[in-house]
Amino acid sequence: MSHSRLFARLLLQQSGVRHCYTASRQNLYINKNTKVICQGFTGKQGTFHSQQALDYGSQLVGGVSPGKGGKTHLGLPVFNSVKEAKEGTGADATVIYVPPPFAAAAIIEAIDAEIPLVVCITEGIPQQDMVRVKHKLLRQGTTRLIGPNCPGVINPGECKIGIMPGHIHKKGRIGIGGDPFNGTNFIDCLEVFLQDPKTEGIILIGEIGGNAEENAAEYLKQHNSGANSKPVVSFIAGLTAPPGRRMGHAGAIIAGGKGGAKEKIAALQSAGVVVSMSPAQLGSTIFKEFEKRKML
Amino acid sequence: MAASMASQAAARGLRTSTSKHILLDKLKCTWLSPRRWLNLQEYQSKKLMQESGVAVQRFYVADTASEALDAAKRLNAKEIVLKAQILAGGRGKGVFDSGLKGGVHLTKDPAVVGELANKMLGYNLTTKQTPKDGVKVKTVMVAEALDISRETYFAILMDRSCNGPVMVGSPQGGMDIEEVAASTPELIFKEVIDIFQGVQDDQALRMAANLGFKGPLQRQAADQIKRLYDLFLKVDATQVEVNPLGETPEGQVVCFDAKINFDDNAEFRQKAVFAMDDMTESDPTETEAAKWDLKYIGLDGNIACFVNGAGLAMATCDIIDLHGGKPANFLDLGGGVKERQVYEAFKLLTADPKVEAILVNIFGGIVNCAIIANGITKACRELELKVPLVVRLEGTNVHEAKRILTESGLPITAAENLDDAAKKAVAAIKK
Repeated sequence: MSHSRLFARLLLQQSGVRHCYTASRQNLYINKNTKVICQGFTGKQGTFHSQQALDYGSQLVGGVSPGKGGKTHLGLPVFNSVKEAKEGTGADATVIYVPPPFAAAAIIEAIDAEIPLVVCITEGIPQQDMVRVKHKLLRQGTTRLIGPNCPGVINPGECKIGIMPGHIHKKGRIGIGGDPFNGTNFIDCLEVFLQDPKTEGIILIGEIGGNAEENAAEYLKQHNSGANSKPVVSFIAGLTAPPGRRMGHAGAIIAGGKGGAKEKIAALQSAGVVVSMSPAQLGSTIFKEFEKRKML
Repeated sequence: MAASMASQAAARGLRTSTSKHILLDKLKCTWLSPRRWLNLQEYQSKKLMQESGVAVQRFYVADTASEALDAAKRLNAKEIVLKAQILAGGRGKGVFDSGLKGGVHLTKDPAVVGELANKMLGYNLTTKQTPKDGVKVKTVMVAEALDISRETYFAILMDRSCNGPVMVGSPQGGMDIEEVAASTPELIFKEVIDIFQGVQDDQALRMAANLGFKGPLQRQAADQIKRLYDLFLKVDATQVEVNPLGETPEGQVVCFDAKINFDDNAEFRQKAVFAMDDMTESDPTETEAAKWDLKYIGLDGNIACFVNGAGLAMATCDIIDLHGGKPANFLDLGGGVKERQVYEAFKLLTADPKVEAILVNIFGGIVNCAIIANGITKACRELELKVPLVVRLEGTNVHEAKRILTESGLPITAAENLDDAAKKAVAAIKK
């Protein structure tokens, strides 16, 4: 292969592929007009959380449960496939409560149906399955995935997609989840929040394992410095975690001195982030930042 | 959500675990481990490799000295290597309580194999990585010893930054790979694998060449590389590490040792692999927790933690530490937790003699707080709670849960928030 073609292919691999997918970041923005369907609608988790979503006021318009198309559930239509559900309801988003053996296929079905936002709650999807999902995800820009193994996304008072209890929220929040192969990372969220005029401050909660927080710190250095920077407060879980152990999430491990909480905290602090040592002080810490910057 | 498997004790360190991380970080890869350290013996890993057509030394497994002798004879090899099968590393320099020194021995005489096996089987082998009383040896591997003329390093892993499988290799095998990465990084080679296309011929040949295999050996090594990748996919591995991938004077490419890490999210479709799990060298509490699908890791302290969600569980340990306490464990109940699991988890925590206080921190999204409350009250009644119990509950069905706890009449200290809960737990011990 000639040098220039090889070079072009490498470039495409590295930046072009990712560039496609970053176009879908704007789909993270949900509001009271967002129409949501539920995959795994008639299952135990699907039913419970769909009822919660309806109680909250999210615009849930139907659900998918193969083989049960045509029936109604919770007063809403059930469809056999995501494609049919989209055609029948005009849905912009889907939330997936499908068990691990079938969850990756459910995500792919949603990507094929070109649903703009997919939130996958399921924990325990095999990594190999998610690698295949991600391969497909990165080469398109229509669908944005949050998760898997995440609590979801909420725009309080307007729309809640996921399992977080609604009543405690007063600000926008995205839970991206703890799996190593996921659809949305810190930088995706930061871009949205930094550009959103209604977002005044950002709280970033990270944990040991990988280098997503370090990457986020780099991004903040480049995009959130100077006069117009927004206050960012952070907590990194796992400072007391012993090295070489897996503390629950598939993505959380530290060993050999890398991926540890100390390094992440240092990286974030060097980007101007105020890091709280206590998870219970995040509210008060960002409040103090607002005070310091006379934003109150 | 499906309940996840508990984390296992890694009381034995993996022989090259730290080196993996440093090596891969330098390549800007992030090595990933499974949530639980599935423990396979060397002979089990090698059997998996054989089944995928990967070249390993011919071997038999023996549980008695006479089986070992028979195996040695059947091998009909120029030289035999006898290896005690325990999960911990450092076998070569270990000591048996029979007096025999060394968990790995070379001999040309099958009779000697029988004699040595007699001093291994049923005895405890103590190494740098075992508990101080050592580990009982129940199985030995009797293998054909092969000369190694050249050692290389080769691994395949799932890498976050490359969004998929990556192969990593170096012509400098057999030694501490982190040293190679530090001193001669140009001797580390990497190939990104497309999950749908697999390892391409040119990639395999290029890696083989980079590993220093020449002539007909290059093709042989390339073939081995492809088979290792097939194995990697077939068993849902998160990493397959071969060190050394060696060359013999007779012109064979052989995997002399391998470490396989498994994705335990794939357990539902890897039943045969997970059935081989050997829990005998694990911490008994962690093993018990695994039975109930609880993610539990023992720590050094005296304040037991009882939390839902891994991130919150870690944060709970952190905040206890911040307030001057010491967490006794990490415990993530998970989202779909049932009352029986809550009860068993509580039983485990209260059975731990070093626990002097228990902190329950539940933030219920998927978790229904009432289930937690019922499980706790049942456990406390039956087990006669003897240590202070501090409870912080938030989220789904919290009012019902609080009612259950209050009406139970149990001596439970309620906490307003996480900070308050941690302070109270620490204070409870000082009394």
